Amino acid sequence: MTSVSLQGKAARPEAPKMNGSSVPWNKKTKQSKTLSDHIADGLIAILVVAIILVVLYPLWFIVIASFSDPTKVAIGEVLTLPKGTNFTGYTKIFADSRIWTGYKNTLIYAFAGTALNMVVTLPAAFALSRSEFKPRRIIMFLFTFTMFFGGGLIPSYLLYKQIGILNSMWVFILPGAVSVYNLIIARSFFETSIPEELHDAAQIDGMSYIGYFVRIVLPLSSAIIAVIALYYFVGHWNDYFTGLIYIRDASKQPLQNVLQSILLANQTNSNSAGMTAVAAQRFAEQIKYGVIIVSTLPLLVMYPFLQKYFNKGVMIGAIKG
Amino acid sequence: MTQSATVASVAAGQTQVNPGMQDATQIVPVAAAATSSKRRKRRERHPAMPKHGSLLTRLGEHFKRYWQLWLMVTPAICFIGLFAYVPMYGVQLAFRDFVPSKGLTGGPWVGLKYFRQFLESPMFGNIMKNTISISLWTMVMGFIAPIILALLINQIGSTKVKGFVQTITYMPHFISTVVIVAMINIFLTPGTGLLGRFLGDTSLLGNPNLFTPIYWVTEVWQHVGWNSIIYLAALSSVDTALYEAAKVDGARRFQLIRYVDFPTILPTCGILLILNMGSVLNVGFEKVFLMQNALNLSSSEVISTYTYKIGIVSNQFSYSTAIGLFNTLINFVFLVIANAISKRVSETSIF
Repeated sequence: MTSVSLQGKAARPEAPKMNGSSVPWNKKTKQSKTLSDHIADGLIAILVVAIILVVLYPLWFIVIASFSDPTKVAIGEVLTLPKGTNFTGYTKIFADSRIWTGYKNTLIYAFAGTALNMVVTLPAAFALSRSEFKPRRIIMFLFTFTMFFGGGLIPSYLLYKQIGILNSMWVFILPGAVSVYNLIIARSFFETSIPEELHDAAQIDGMSYIGYFVRIVLPLSSAIIAVIALYYFVGHWNDYFTGLIYIRDASKQPLQNVLQSILLANQTNSNSAGMTAVAAQRFAEQIKYGVIIVSTLPLLVMYPFLQKYFNKGVMIGAIKG
Repeated sequence: MTQSATVASVAAGQTQVNPGMQDATQIVPVAAAATSSKRRKRRERHPAMPKHGSLLTRLGEHFKRYWQLWLMVTPAICFIGLFAYVPMYGVQLAFRDFVPSKGLTGGPWVGLKYFRQFLESPMFGNIMKNTISISLWTMVMGFIAPIILALLINQIGSTKVKGFVQTITYMPHFISTVVIVAMINIFLTPGTGLLGRFLGDTSLLGNPNLFTPIYWVTEVWQHVGWNSIIYLAALSSVDTALYEAAKVDGARRFQLIRYVDFPTILPTCGILLILNMGSVLNVGFEKVFLMQNALNLSSSEVISTYTYKIGIVSNQFSYSTAIGLFNTLINFVFLVIANAISKRVSETSIF
């Protein structure tokens, strides 16, 4: 009773200064909402809607512009819904072999790369999570140190040249085989979320470390495996730097480098027969919108399925790193 | 608090081998020596312990018991050793002239010649100014925005709405840099772009004064949602009794945020600030490089793009390595400073 009246008294004279609040606990404690509560709720709602619009609208615009009449897009008629539906851009994209070569390369690099990432990172993270394994401190330190200090571009370049992975698919897969950040996430997970009693029980049953890891730890770690695989996969998918620096042949370039030449260097394939220069220019813009969709879609399709794991992964990784 | 506990454990591992920090290339032998001498001391102190035989038998015992763990960690050690420590060893190229036949370790020793060359180069002042201004803006805004967003999202009553807002705001994080820069270009095209058409006939990306603002605004746009996750996680651990107690004391809503929510996420802020400070000169190469054009170069040339141009494009390997090393060292200094400040202010540190 007192808490209610005190709260009311204190809240009424002053309107909330910033984003005032109406939080879940209001329901639990069943306090009636005061006027300032409603004002606060309104302010929060407005801010939240504004944020959603700012984030979502540019993405939505790309989607609708990719199959609207490019002229209408250019003069600003297409704002909320597609107008003058037109799939010329997509037809051009599907006919452009560069994009499909890039797509194929990226798929190979991303799947092979992620597979190696997982095979190397997870067992190492498990070994380093065992507190009875004394060398883990020094190993962990040597790993963490590389997050803050490195040789830099040229020494890496010379190394890759010396071991002969320059201008080959291996340069996408081998150098980034272990991300120390992801390793720390996995290690923290194994340390905190797998009960130690399981290991005791496994030991009594005469299970080896590898047996325990494969048959007990891994099946219990699907959340963290999903998060780390996603991090690695997105990293490979969005990698532009490797292709720029270490790859010479156009046939080995991954998707991002193909995108760069289409989207930023303006080498669209629209100058085909039967089109005036002006029309080609118009469709060049439409092709860009379409290319953005085609290249980003796979990640955004995966996204809702993995979204529930994000909070967990980031929380474990970032706080405990 | 769980985070400080684990951070402490990491810290313990680091302080133990602190002497090795002086010289990166010597870190392996120094650290190894430190641990083995410690072990020897312990053995001398308890000579009668039956379990402890000679160093060799104990090593044998260790490997007999833990060979599987060694097997599991060895691939990672090999990859890190080859792809992180070998280039680190090759950083001596910064102090040597590059000789193609000698590869990674370089030719004759020239000391600080290339560092001097960089410090005295007419580009130096401009590059440093650009690097610092772009990264400070991005760091400060990229640090504050997620905190505000998290405090805001935390005020949403309905769990469903909360989840929806989170899902939407995380999304841009997964878009590649190439696509983001393409979107910036398309939207800012003078005359026809979504934003460009309201902003006159001149190209915004060609205006050197606008490079930094465009960079950090889009950076915040892309990552604010993702970076707020960690604060939301911290906020979800607030004991609801604290809100009750504060309300009994007559706290207003803003005061609840100020005195309950904010202190809860403060340690997290500290750690993130340190980690961000450690990369103060690490302006993302990809984005700056892709946003560069001939018109804005005077404000968009940063250390990483310059390293690339000097090293890969014009093949001055030693000079480029020296610039890269200079960058890394400055970052390291900032990391240590930030760590010290955070230790004092919020009692959190990473070592």
